Amino acid sequence: MADDASLQKTPLYDLHVELGARMVPFAGYAMPVQYDGVMAEHNHTRTAAGLFDVSHMGQARVSGDEAAFEALVTADLAALGAGEQKYTLLLNDQGGIMDDLMISRPDDGDLFMVVNAACKESDFAHMRARFGERAQLHELGDRALLALQGPQAGTVMADLCPDAAKLVFMQSGGFALEGMDLLISRSGYTGEDGFEISVRSHEADTLARRLLGDARVKPIGLGARDSLRLEAGLCLYGHDMDETITPVEASLVWALAKSRRERADFPGAARILAQLEAGPEKKRVGILPGDRAPAREGTEIVVGGETVGVVTSGGFGPTVGGPVAMGYVRTDLAKPGQPIELMVRGKARPAEIAKTPFAPHRFYRG
Amino acid sequence: MTTRYTKDHEWIRIDGDFAVVGITAYAAEQLGDVVFVELPEIGKTLSQGDEMAVVESVKAASEVYAPASGEIVAVNDALEGTPAMVNEAPDGEGWFVKLKLSDPSQLDAMMDDAAYKAHTS
Repeated sequence: MADDASLQKTPLYDLHVELGARMVPFAGYAMPVQYDGVMAEHNHTRTAAGLFDVSHMGQARVSGDEAAFEALVTADLAALGAGEQKYTLLLNDQGGIMDDLMISRPDDGDLFMVVNAACKESDFAHMRARFGERAQLHELGDRALLALQGPQAGTVMADLCPDAAKLVFMQSGGFALEGMDLLISRSGYTGEDGFEISVRSHEADTLARRLLGDARVKPIGLGARDSLRLEAGLCLYGHDMDETITPVEASLVWALAKSRRERADFPGAARILAQLEAGPEKKRVGILPGDRAPAREGTEIVVGGETVGVVTSGGFGPTVGGPVAMGYVRTDLAKPGQPIELMVRGKARPAEIAKTPFAPHRFYRG
Repeated sequence: MTTRYTKDHEWIRIDGDFAVVGITAYAAEQLGDVVFVELPEIGKTLSQGDEMAVVESVKAASEVYAPASGEIVAVNDALEGTPAMVNEAPDGEGWFVKLKLSDPSQLDAMMDDAAYKAHTS
């Protein structure tokens, strides 16, 4: 299955196989789901540092009139200074979420973005169509992306590339390391401190081996990436949000820049601002099952015999030491402590709405 | 005390009047860290191949099927508190249920040690 010829390989494919990874198809790529085991990898990332191959994600630069790009997302790109990065949402004209992405200005010039693997083709096609002649999108298909995450990521980076270790959460920059041209941001998808490192494809293997040569760093697969982001309360596109969901429903209002809200100039602004005023019908919340049974995606949420929502991500949280989930419920029930029932294999199990993150964020803010 | 195996990686072993059932070391290894096991109720009658239990790893839930027909006479309650026992001792302390077999001859058609080894290699 994983050696299906139709699957694309990242520049680290050979390294994954050499490290004994179990490879699975994911978003059209053969990707490592685990090496030592999801639990051990999850715990290693929370206590030391984990290295993730996220080269399947889409990377691109945008040059030209940035207003053409800003018109499609929720960030204030005009206010994005050199070395700054923002989490933002690509919206359709109805205000539905087409993707969530990171946009940065690593140096003084062009904008750089990282988008989800499964969305990259449609995102880039949409952007190009809307940019027209005003702005140019340059896909960086010749770059790999590594994530170094965990409480020791900072000290590992300090030994490798001391200048990059000076970045604080949501800063980024271009760095040279032994002839390698790196774009590094201090961010990630685990709730831990860490970095995302964009590197030219032909140098990715060298860089990954350098990082893994540090005893604090272990390779981490997609299995632990999912349990880490779930505990951190971070959304997975296509599961916790999609084109039918607005930022208000997804509890991502914080990703709407204040200036854009005031100008009401983002896609679907009328609908989204009306939802902000009146409150949405449903909202994304954290869910803590009351017993040991994990509630997976698709699990029905019930209150008083009535279906009031659905789980969109759920599993076991190794750091929490029990099951955790996210989902959508009717807004009047979307408050921490609200008792609910989860229909797991036909049996109603007690649970409650909970605050996220389930594991505290430990970003490095300087 | 002969152990027999199914192609779905359950094992079954006659122990006195009953048969003990669990999942194989191979299955436990494939699943990864087991975090929850849903066991059937005592007294439930199952036919061979019926869904008997559910075993959940960090990532996913998988069904465990009754290797033979019979009545559930005991379940391994210890798995509720320490589901990791399924990984640590799949052939022993990590057992799932005890069955009172309605047709012990069903075991004759199942794989023995050597056949199961060949099946998983």
